[in-house]
Amino acid sequence: MSDLKITKLHKHYGAFHAVKGIDLDVPEGEFTVLVGPSGCGKSTLLRTIAGLEEASSGKVEIGGRDVTWARPRDRDIAMVFQNYALYPYLNVKDNIAFGLRARKFAEPEVERRVTRAAEMLGIAHLLARFPRELSGGQRQRVAIGRAIVRDAILYLFDEPLSNLDAQLRDDMRVEIKRLHQEMGRTMIYVTHDQIEAMTLADRIVLLRDGMIEQQGSPLDLFERPATRFVAGFLGSPKMNFIPATATASGVKLTDGTELALPAARPLKPGQAVVLGLRPQYIAMAGPTLAPGHARVPVTIELVQPTGSRVQATMPLGGTSIVAELAAHDVSRPGEKTEIDIDMTRAVIIDPETEKVL
Amino acid sequence: MSALPFHRRHGTRLALRYLIALVLVVIFVFPVYWLFIISFKTPDEIFASPPVWYPQSIQFANYRVLFKDGDAATVGNSLILASVSTFFAMILGTMAAYSLARFKTGGENLAVWIISQRMMPPVAIVFPLFLLYVWLGWVDTYFGLILLYTAFSLPYVIWMMRGYIEDIPLELEESALVDGCTRWEVLWKVVLPMARSGLFATAVFTFIFAWNDFLFALVLTRTEVTTYTVQVTHYFGGQSNFWAKIAAMSVLGTIPVFFTVAVMQRYLVRGISMGAVKG
Repeated sequence: MSDLKITKLHKHYGAFHAVKGIDLDVPEGEFTVLVGPSGCGKSTLLRTIAGLEEASSGKVEIGGRDVTWARPRDRDIAMVFQNYALYPYLNVKDNIAFGLRARKFAEPEVERRVTRAAEMLGIAHLLARFPRELSGGQRQRVAIGRAIVRDAILYLFDEPLSNLDAQLRDDMRVEIKRLHQEMGRTMIYVTHDQIEAMTLADRIVLLRDGMIEQQGSPLDLFERPATRFVAGFLGSPKMNFIPATATASGVKLTDGTELALPAARPLKPGQAVVLGLRPQYIAMAGPTLAPGHARVPVTIELVQPTGSRVQATMPLGGTSIVAELAAHDVSRPGEKTEIDIDMTRAVIIDPETEKVL
Repeated sequence: MSALPFHRRHGTRLALRYLIALVLVVIFVFPVYWLFIISFKTPDEIFASPPVWYPQSIQFANYRVLFKDGDAATVGNSLILASVSTFFAMILGTMAAYSLARFKTGGENLAVWIISQRMMPPVAIVFPLFLLYVWLGWVDTYFGLILLYTAFSLPYVIWMMRGYIEDIPLELEESALVDGCTRWEVLWKVVLPMARSGLFATAVFTFIFAWNDFLFALVLTRTEVTTYTVQVTHYFGGQSNFWAKIAAMSVLGTIPVFFTVAVMQRYLVRGISMGAVKG
């Protein structure tokens, strides 16, 4: 049984159409990440699921029950907010216990659950403190504690990590993933950060302009993007897009470079296309050319070391592309070298429809 | 540039500031002191020349008279009228303010219309009200004055509380809604604690408005619910003024407000500075 089922959901704010007919089915126990650029409707969608926004039309079912018009409290959900939403006049323990007490749980049960949640999150020693005495990371833990202390069908996260610094964000991401594995509950998580989406999700729902652009497992979306937007949104550094023309056996770049495509694609020779290459699938030329790869001479323009890897920028086909190479492959701009492009991973996009061919 | 070293210059300036502050305090506090002192004086001391700056002995005869004649009960009347009307104005006003702030009831204009009611000079309606009250039989009743004070305080309470409520992060309320609260519970468990400073500050001002009212009390009371402000005027006679009674009554009227403000001071300062006034 699916824990969340959304059918033809629309949301209007006056003239603004924020959510444009979304269908979504989230099976029990799944970690679903709603991701997309700001203004894509992901937060609106989450808030509509929570009942904090009213649907303009469509249906929301949680745990098999139609809750489209139900109040938030009657939806059996728990939610973690971006700004923690801790009550400054309550200490950590009372903050975590707030939802249980609102639902009239007996005090010994409240005590037991709060203690367990606090232990799970490593904040048992902070229970007597007030929110203003906590660091950002601790506050976020309390906010998460307030949600997991409840027995909800759905756990909703609205960009919970966006207020934390990078280091803390990494730690908390691990924490949230671990929590999901331990609890095995259905979670829906909103973020604009594609790394969070990739690392946390069982399934990514990529939204754009109020509609679902593509959904699937993180690897699915990474390796088989359906559109140029999906290809460009997921992955860091971003995918390179090079204008090209289809030939009988592959593509031809504007500078005359011809690249063969190993698998047959539905291309008409002479057709204008966009070639999408992930920086990760470009390597320094090896002793032998692997099958399906294309070797191209290049001049390094810019070098950005990241420690274990180096991001090298180089001109190719009338544009600049980025390749993620091994740390010591290139050392300085101006270097002339050769790269091997894994053409089996290449994405060919129709520039008119922006769809992947 | 002064040739004095920095700390010397600084010290002189500080001393000057204290001096100015001291002079101002004396100017403002002296009348209050004088009022208190007169209330403890004997009739001879009140009219003595040169003035008696501080009486030889503190005597309570002036107060004893007020209590014996029942005049002091008017302070009790004021207390009842001001507290009860403040209580109702705060409850109704906070609910209305919540509705305006969160549900945008009546759009932007309703809030402005409400505060515009406060701009009406009371004297413009006091006589029509008097006629209405006579007809309804509400003159000289607690109910009549409490209703009036509540109605008169409401625009102010609504306007102030709306500002305080708008300052509360919406997520706190949404979180409570998801956690299982109804709107009423949100109001009670989230909005009121969050707006506590503003609530107290507004209540104090509302209380003081009713406490200080003279016009309505003068026109709409006779003998039963006379307030202390009206009572004081009885001591200004055509032939002579009963200064001792005036002073003692004024002191009795000052004390409740003085203590209210003293107790609430912490909230008052925070509440006023919370930036409640916004359009």
